[in-house]
Amino acid sequence: MALLSVRDLQVDFTTRNGRVTAVNRISFDVESGKITAIIGESGSGKSVCCYSLLGLLPTPPASVEHGTAHFEGRDLLAMSEAQLREIRGRDIAMIFQDPMTCLNPYMTIGEQLIEPLVYHRKVSKAAARERALELLGEVGLRDPAATIDQYPHQFSGGMRQRVMIAMALINEPKLLIADEPTTALDVTIQAQILALVAELQRKRNIGVIFISHDLSVVADIADEIVVMEKGHLVERGDRAAIFERAEHPYTRKLLDAIPAGSKAPSSEVRDDLITVNHLCTWFGQGRGREPLRAVDDVSFTIQRGEVLGLVGESGSGKSTIGRSLLRLVPVTSGEVLFDGTDVTALEGVALKQMRRRMQMIFQDPYASLNPRMSVYDTLAEPLLLHGIESRKTVEQGVLKLMDDVGLARAFVRKYPHEFSGGQRQRIAIGRALATRPEFVVADEPVSALDVTIQAQILELMLELGREYGLTMLFVSHDLAVVRHIADRILVLFKGKVVEQGTGETLFERPQQEYTRQLLQSIPGRALLA
Amino acid sequence: MWRFIGGRLLQAIPVILAVITVTFFLVRVAPGGPFDSEKAVIPEVKAALEAQYRLDLPLGQQYLAYLRDLAAGELGPSFKYPGRSVNELIAAGLPATAELGAYALLVAVLLGGLAGVIASLKPNSAQDYIPMSVAMIGICMPTFLLGPLLVLVFGIHLEWLPVSGWGDIPGDKLLPSLTLGAAYAAYIARLGRAGMLEVMSQDYIRTARAKGLPEWQVVTRHALRGGLIPVVAFLGPAFAGLLAGSFVVETIFQIPGLGRFYVQAAFNRDYTMILGTTVFLSTLIVLFNLLSDILAAWLNPRLRAQYGEA
Repeated sequence: MALLSVRDLQVDFTTRNGRVTAVNRISFDVESGKITAIIGESGSGKSVCCYSLLGLLPTPPASVEHGTAHFEGRDLLAMSEAQLREIRGRDIAMIFQDPMTCLNPYMTIGEQLIEPLVYHRKVSKAAARERALELLGEVGLRDPAATIDQYPHQFSGGMRQRVMIAMALINEPKLLIADEPTTALDVTIQAQILALVAELQRKRNIGVIFISHDLSVVADIADEIVVMEKGHLVERGDRAAIFERAEHPYTRKLLDAIPAGSKAPSSEVRDDLITVNHLCTWFGQGRGREPLRAVDDVSFTIQRGEVLGLVGESGSGKSTIGRSLLRLVPVTSGEVLFDGTDVTALEGVALKQMRRRMQMIFQDPYASLNPRMSVYDTLAEPLLLHGIESRKTVEQGVLKLMDDVGLARAFVRKYPHEFSGGQRQRIAIGRALATRPEFVVADEPVSALDVTIQAQILELMLELGREYGLTMLFVSHDLAVVRHIADRILVLFKGKVVEQGTGETLFERPQQEYTRQLLQSIPGRALLA
Repeated sequence: MWRFIGGRLLQAIPVILAVITVTFFLVRVAPGGPFDSEKAVIPEVKAALEAQYRLDLPLGQQYLAYLRDLAAGELGPSFKYPGRSVNELIAAGLPATAELGAYALLVAVLLGGLAGVIASLKPNSAQDYIPMSVAMIGICMPTFLLGPLLVLVFGIHLEWLPVSGWGDIPGDKLLPSLTLGAAYAAYIARLGRAGMLEVMSQDYIRTARAKGLPEWQVVTRHALRGGLIPVVAFLGPAFAGLLAGSFVVETIFQIPGLGRFYVQAAFNRDYTMILGTTVFLSTLIVLFNLLSDILAAWLNPRLRAQYGEA
């Protein structure tokens, strides 16, 4: 008998515009000792489905309309809140997407870790602490005894997720629900966390539901895959069936969205638009303290019309390089020649004029757009500020930009919150292109997006790059994405360039150990080769 | 941490100096002096009085002399209470005012905090609207209206509580504390509600629920600490405000506190008394602001680490 058996589950939401069915009569099973992956885009109902099983959805607006969910023979959906609470955190535990916000910043990790054990098993605090120390060691925290009394902000993202996993496992649950547990992490860290989840699951022989928007993430670990689209279960099967013989067009769309292949290298010889010589950007100098060498003696060139990829983990200095080129952070030493002019020496009007020629696209389209400005205001502002359009012609200019980035003209008066993540990133791209820049720094522009949307935005950027004759610095932690879009790639590690080359040479013949490590971190690389 | 406190104390010096300077010259610019009364005083007597209180000196010298005294902790003699120094008068009025302020703050935190938390647990329901509407009324209602209203209902109509006095009859401290604390309770209720609503929508609250903790533990263990930080940060300014603003309540309930001296001093052009009380209260305001900042920072582990390093 299956550990968890969901039948005909339907969850509705009551909204101002009437009822919406978020999960529409879906059925699936989870076996002990197996990983069942639920895959779908944002809004497909994959998370709602799992939260509803544990009564973690706010009701109202959510309501479970139909279905059963038998866990060890008892129907979760028929239980009272008190009965469910006994199961939550004891027999069924969860880990969440963003380990940054999912741990309580006001409590030490030790206090948070022992909580489920003390509450459910009535274990003494001292005994629970012993157990917590053991588990922290098992999930790979160095020196648990020294770190157990620290607060979440003292840990890196990957370490926090390890703490979350330890917290979920402390009661030895029979079922673990992991909701996009690696989406907020760098690829290298993601690979470690995936391996850890798979290892712990095998060792304990528990059932796992692994929720993700990205099929490639679960390619190496899933036993069963359930594909959801708009609340419906569209396809389900074992790993081989999904990856080799997917039938539903939506599943195939998800598979196609996985970035693969290198961009064909261009043979044209062009002049250098940007030359960076011995760039250093250090932070926190003074008072005899060792400065943080975010960028440490980096030199490279970017040809006119070229897309240069910059790859590295968090803290490798890749974003700082992008910001240094645009003078968004103070440069410590070195020079940045843009079309022959040293950008690091510019001041005042000259700097403003230079900035018009260089633009930036940020990672988070939720945070980088002003929520109180409509699309029209956002796009019209730079056009008017830099005198590209007059008051009379600005509307035409805005509509042209919207056409270019693939936004329907009807949306011109809407505000950022009315758009999806992908649409917002289109607005951000439109804003960056408004000043007709020659050079754009794209800082992780697709990292916050679902894979299918990611593929669309990458296509758009390639297309616009050609159309506008853009030179681009594309910053990302994800080698697979960079290979897809960049002509040449620099690999950064701790502020220094460790290797550079075309996507093809890096993937086929990596010279450095670190590059090899990055390559091995790409999930599901077996099926990309 | 010490560096942070030291820095803040240093910043306070120019603030207080500015307060002294502005007050010193403003009270002298105001028409009338301490010894102008309807009855004509013999010019010799007036001159003698002015000489005694240094009023015959040029303004600049008066100012410097005052600063010298102040540096020695001496606030000078009162003009209207002959033979008594401002230090003595403040010392006489402070205990009642400080006690009143403390009780009022207690009322504000208990009532306001509770109302705010209760309201935040079921937003946009009756459980939210009722306490918040009461709080809105509390903010809008001036103490000179609320005080007499409470006296009328509980003192005169129901005869449950004494209508005036301080420490004479049991229970006479209740109505003044309630009157003074009401507006602050209302403000704290709104701050607490906003803080709690923000925290209750955080992901880590969902984590706490996923652990299977009962809702009251989710609220008390996980939400309160973060949710009430804005309230804690408000406590310092609130207490200083309660001390400085107790005049109306002290008058209504006949309480021998600092507030009454302060206002009378302004009417009497009692220069040293006005200055002395202003300096004393502004120092308190600075100190209490610092205290609540330290407390709020200490409650937030991230800030604690930052100040710990600095």
